[in-house]
Amino acid sequence: MTDIATTPPAGANPGIDAGSALHTSDAARRRLKARYAAEARFKFFGIAAVVTAGFFLVLLMSTIVGQALPAFISHQVTIPVELTQETLDPNNEGESALRRANYDAILRDGIRSLYPFATSRDDQRTVSGLISTGSAVRLREAVLADPEGMMGQTSFTVPVDDVADLYFKDQVSDERRLETTGIASPTGTEGEIQVLSTANDFRDILADVKEFLGEQAESVQRELSAKERSIERAQLDLESFQTRLPNVEESRRAFFEEQIEILERGLVSLDRDITNLTEELADLRQRSQTAGAEEVLSTQLPSIFVEINGGVVKATRISATGIAGEVFLPLASTADAAAGDWSIREIVLPERNRKLDDRSLIYLDQLLDQDRVERTINTVFFTSGASREAELAGIWGAVVGSFFTMVVTLLLAFPLGVAAAIYLEEFAPKNKLTQLIEVNINNLAAVPSIVFGLLGLAVFLNVFGMPRSAPIVGGMVLALMTLPTIIIASRAALRAVPPSIREGALGVGASKLQTVLHHVLPLAMPGILTGTIIGMAQALGETAPLLMIGMVAFIVDVPTTPLDPATVMPVQIFMWADFPEALFRQKTSAAILVLLAFLIAMNALAVILRKRFERRW
Amino acid sequence: MSTTTTVAKDDTAAVAVTSAAKAMASDVAPGGTTITDAAPANVKMKGKNVDVFYGEKQALFDINLDIGDRQVTALIGPSGCGKSTFLRCLNRMNDTIDIARIEGDITLGSQDIYDPSIDVVELRARVGMIFQKPNPFPKSIFENIAYGPRIHGLADTKADLEEIVITSLQKAGLFEEVKDRLDAPGTGLSGGQQQRLCIARAIATSPEVLLMDEPCSALDPIATAKVEELIDELRENFTVVIVTHSMQQAARVSQRTAFFHLGILVEVGATDTIFTNPSDSRTQDYITGRFG
Amino acid sequence: MFWLLFLALVVLFVASLYIGAQRSRQVAGPSTQVLHSRPSYHGGYLAIMTVLPALGVLILWSIAQGPIMDMMVLGQFAEDVAAMSLPAQEAFLRDARALAFGGIVSFPDELKEAAAEIYANMRTISLIAMVVVMVALVVFGFRSAYANILPQQRTRHFVERAVMLLLIACSVVAVITTVGIVLSLIFESLRFFTMIPIHNFLFGLHWSPQSAFAGAGEVVDANPEVFGAIPLIVGTLFITFIAMLVAGPVGLFAAIYLSDYASKPVRAIAKPVLEVLAGIPTVVYGFFAALIVAPFIRNTGEGFGLDVSSESALAAGVVMGIMIIPFVSSLSDDVISAVPQSLRDGSLALGSTKSETIRRVVLPAALPGIVSAMILAISRAIGETMIVVMAAGLAANLTINPLEAVTTVTVQIVTLLVGDQEFDSAKTLAAFALGLFLFCVTLTLNFIALRVVQKYREQYD
Repeated sequence: MTDIATTPPAGANPGIDAGSALHTSDAARRRLKARYAAEARFKFFGIAAVVTAGFFLVLLMSTIVGQALPAFISHQVTIPVELTQETLDPNNEGESALRRANYDAILRDGIRSLYPFATSRDDQRTVSGLISTGSAVRLREAVLADPEGMMGQTSFTVPVDDVADLYFKDQVSDERRLETTGIASPTGTEGEIQVLSTANDFRDILADVKEFLGEQAESVQRELSAKERSIERAQLDLESFQTRLPNVEESRRAFFEEQIEILERGLVSLDRDITNLTEELADLRQRSQTAGAEEVLSTQLPSIFVEINGGVVKATRISATGIAGEVFLPLASTADAAAGDWSIREIVLPERNRKLDDRSLIYLDQLLDQDRVERTINTVFFTSGASREAELAGIWGAVVGSFFTMVVTLLLAFPLGVAAAIYLEEFAPKNKLTQLIEVNINNLAAVPSIVFGLLGLAVFLNVFGMPRSAPIVGGMVLALMTLPTIIIASRAALRAVPPSIREGALGVGASKLQTVLHHVLPLAMPGILTGTIIGMAQALGETAPLLMIGMVAFIVDVPTTPLDPATVMPVQIFMWADFPEALFRQKTSAAILVLLAFLIAMNALAVILRKRFERRW
Repeated sequence: MSTTTTVAKDDTAAVAVTSAAKAMASDVAPGGTTITDAAPANVKMKGKNVDVFYGEKQALFDINLDIGDRQVTALIGPSGCGKSTFLRCLNRMNDTIDIARIEGDITLGSQDIYDPSIDVVELRARVGMIFQKPNPFPKSIFENIAYGPRIHGLADTKADLEEIVITSLQKAGLFEEVKDRLDAPGTGLSGGQQQRLCIARAIATSPEVLLMDEPCSALDPIATAKVEELIDELRENFTVVIVTHSMQQAARVSQRTAFFHLGILVEVGATDTIFTNPSDSRTQDYITGRFG
Repeated sequence: MFWLLFLALVVLFVASLYIGAQRSRQVAGPSTQVLHSRPSYHGGYLAIMTVLPALGVLILWSIAQGPIMDMMVLGQFAEDVAAMSLPAQEAFLRDARALAFGGIVSFPDELKEAAAEIYANMRTISLIAMVVVMVALVVFGFRSAYANILPQQRTRHFVERAVMLLLIACSVVAVITTVGIVLSLIFESLRFFTMIPIHNFLFGLHWSPQSAFAGAGEVVDANPEVFGAIPLIVGTLFITFIAMLVAGPVGLFAAIYLSDYASKPVRAIAKPVLEVLAGIPTVVYGFFAALIVAPFIRNTGEGFGLDVSSESALAAGVVMGIMIIPFVSSLSDDVISAVPQSLRDGSLALGSTKSETIRRVVLPAALPGIVSAMILAISRAIGETMIVVMAAGLAANLTINPLEAVTTVTVQIVTLLVGDQEFDSAKTLAAFALGLFLFCVTLTLNFIALRVVQKYREQYD
């Protein structure tokens, strides 16, 4: 429309002035250029839309694959154990004693024997925390499965704790190691010692720490301004409530008063926060700006270790030429170490911001040095059920739950759907009732899945009293949800069979039912199966209705029948996604990959079926 | 396929030689086409050695045809002879078919319309087209006709636009029938009215050439008569090329006729000559209804 | 027990199929030509007559037996029960059943043990009675049908009619499902509205059902002030709006590009990409939203000094939009492709560019279809659950700031119903009222979309 305005008048009667160079004039050419620019823009939008969709897919998949891959690997540690008659079954009672034996203690003693220097309670607790808490159950099962074989064994392999697993996968923190140029001399081999170098070996790292303090000051500054903003907002809210309070009707007064009280309390705590933050900010600024001055290392700063004479010292204070700190691994001697024979190690992420504390980290290194750590394919993930411990959680329980659910869904939805499609397509008279059924099916296909969950809850669980969390109920709900998809696909497949086939069969004296069952249905079967598989794939990925019927419960055991409480893969993903542990996040992604693998397999099957048996009439 | 057509081509040449002796006015063009009269005085469009392929299959063989300015040229021939294909080459509607490929030159005035520098949008504005089945847009009658002038920026004001619409409708002989319901949907008209609406729509853009692809094949005899009358009037302002399978129609509306057969242009000449005294025996057979 | 009897009936069915067929051959003599129906139909006749009545008894009896036994037990203990509240009554019955038939008993006492004994007795009696009735029906059905296997007997008609009834029954399941949905939603919602006035629910501005009760378990009068659904509805529509801002243009332009511009190889890649996007389960999108998109938006926003909630409406909306892109594009692609080529030709022949043709001819012609595609997409977004459960907030803020957390109808349904429920608290029933609302809205949208397309068909076909 806009280009009309730029056009010069084309004569009194341009419409039929055929001879003129109306379309070849300069004005027309200019207009054309603008029109082509619009064309290019339009096409660009189209390309951009497709690229956007592709970009999201790539982003989604790469994120999930990147997260998932580490979860397929796990680390195990072999620790010495004392499995003797005395520790397991001192009174020779046989199996019942084996059941009761204190496997926790056996494992605890085993791992502690690797760290003889860890004598304090805290250190010992750190040591026993290195292995998974589920280890004892594993050991017990191994002993019960083969008492004779296990008796006398001196070592046992157990999974490491989830954060330890992450550490072995290098996912806890960046770290760096600094070369040294001076001769270092430690003042002791245990406890609080100092390590002093003859050169300025710690200068760079000290500068790093100062820089870090500066960054921290900035983030505190941001937090402070956010708090100040909230305090302003809260004050405004408070004022508005207070001014409205006198005029408010009686029934709402209590609510207003409550709100005012909440706001007032909030203001007090905000005030306190601001005071604290202001102090903290001043301190941080001051420390970061005094270059070269000695610095106290807190858990909010990167951790610095000195490795010297076979031991490890964790720095608590640092200057340009030396550190003071605590010995984590005892030193062999107090001898001087030449340049290059000792090193400085920095774990960049502050201790407070990670799950793995400094001492555990050093202890884990010890396990690595002793060659006790084994890197394997994560079989636990594929073979066990759910667990609160990230390193013990597996997808198998959910896979089995999904399998039972899908079997129930298929057994119900397929026969019902095909039968309904046959009736509606081949036999139903065109009347109000069949019309009602058809409208119904189309509408049912558009009903949100969660509503089916409500139906399952209200009818299957509450009216029929069926068990909660059971795959059979999940399967029934999903069957009702999948039914419209299967009916619609089956009807399309039946419709695609040409009437000549029916006429042929009727012509040789088959009854109508025989015609359909013997001739039409077999020809439509590939289409019906394709539709069914697609419907089943939808059902396999469905989560919301299953939440309603309690399949979200935490279930450790792998179900053995469709009546056992179970969960399914998408729900498992939903539950794991909620856990804060990093390893759970990885397992969530891994579970998504497993689910997608199933879905891709099903869809591929549908495509093959379609390609293989597709018939053009 | 190619072998049989080669034979056909040889036949044409042979027949052309014998017919040259029979009719003194005849001449043999390079493609083996019999030309029974001199080229038109003012040539508007010119096809030279045009070959068209649909994928592997060749649909047109070495077509040479001049289209005279401000006259009606009819393309006739049996189904599948390539007359519509040639027509669609003239405004490059074949570009919309992925597998179509055109060789040879087609010129509009002095420009080669397949030259890369030629703008297909501008070309189609200058060479309009009417299709076999009327295809009014699902908009009002007014909007149907205003569409072309709008996109080409032919009207500055609403009044100009209205004038174009009304003149075009008048030219297409439709105005009296629809003047009370210019806002009614174009799809609500009868078949003949729809086709005249499409013609009005085409001429509203002020093209130089109008291509018509069997414009009456979907119409009843009365509507056909009206459209034919219209075509005859259009000749004053436009160059018209019409594809038709009705020889009577070609005889009634055209000044020059070209006969296509199996992808080759067999004979072209003044309509009177073609229908009364064709040079080629195949033309003779076709117009006397022995095949086709 | 149910399954054992069911299995027995299946065995009987198969056996009668065989016996019936054999019997028909026997009565036919040397040539089965004299039979009106083929032997297999006689087998089917015998099998149906033998098993069907007993099967009906089995199913009805199993359904009815529970409630009847409950009623009888309550009758026996009328004076003890009279003092109990309704939940206590249910707990009493539940525990008694658990004592009798195995299961987890919460608080056994003498009364419950007495009731359990009655339960156990009644069940034994009921089982014996049911089996007797079933055996009688089987014997009677078998004998009369067996005697009826005669050459002129039109058993094919009988069997075909039976099969037809089965087919009809199957197609009625869809209707029953709808009726079930409607009835259960309405029934529970009515219970809800007896506690909370409907206008408080529909027009209330404050939603926090968690704070509705003084103590857990005790039935207190719910505070109607905290069941205002407006914040949820606004939140739902707001997230849907954001989703459509993403999915509408992207989906529509992708459809246009794929149907009118893309070359074959591009289509061969782009179509599967969209199909894969459509096939990804929503829980995966939810994870993606919570893990990637929400932190990204939060960090970006904080980079500009904005306060961004980690459960911002924007994150949930955008990811939901991504999920809906393929839905919009495939529906729009269908309607755009359905615009006849002749219209495109007509426009191109007038010298319009491709985009002019699309914008001025194709899109207006396809408009009703596109509108209905968008309506269906909106209905889909409103009913979508997992993305919002995982990425949107729980607090019902009445806001239209996309950086703040809002909650939706579906999130609240999940929140209210996951975990332990008392089935007569306003809190639980509120979920059904929300479900009813959701059902009505999606149904209406679906209906409108259907009408739009129908009108369009009438006009241009």
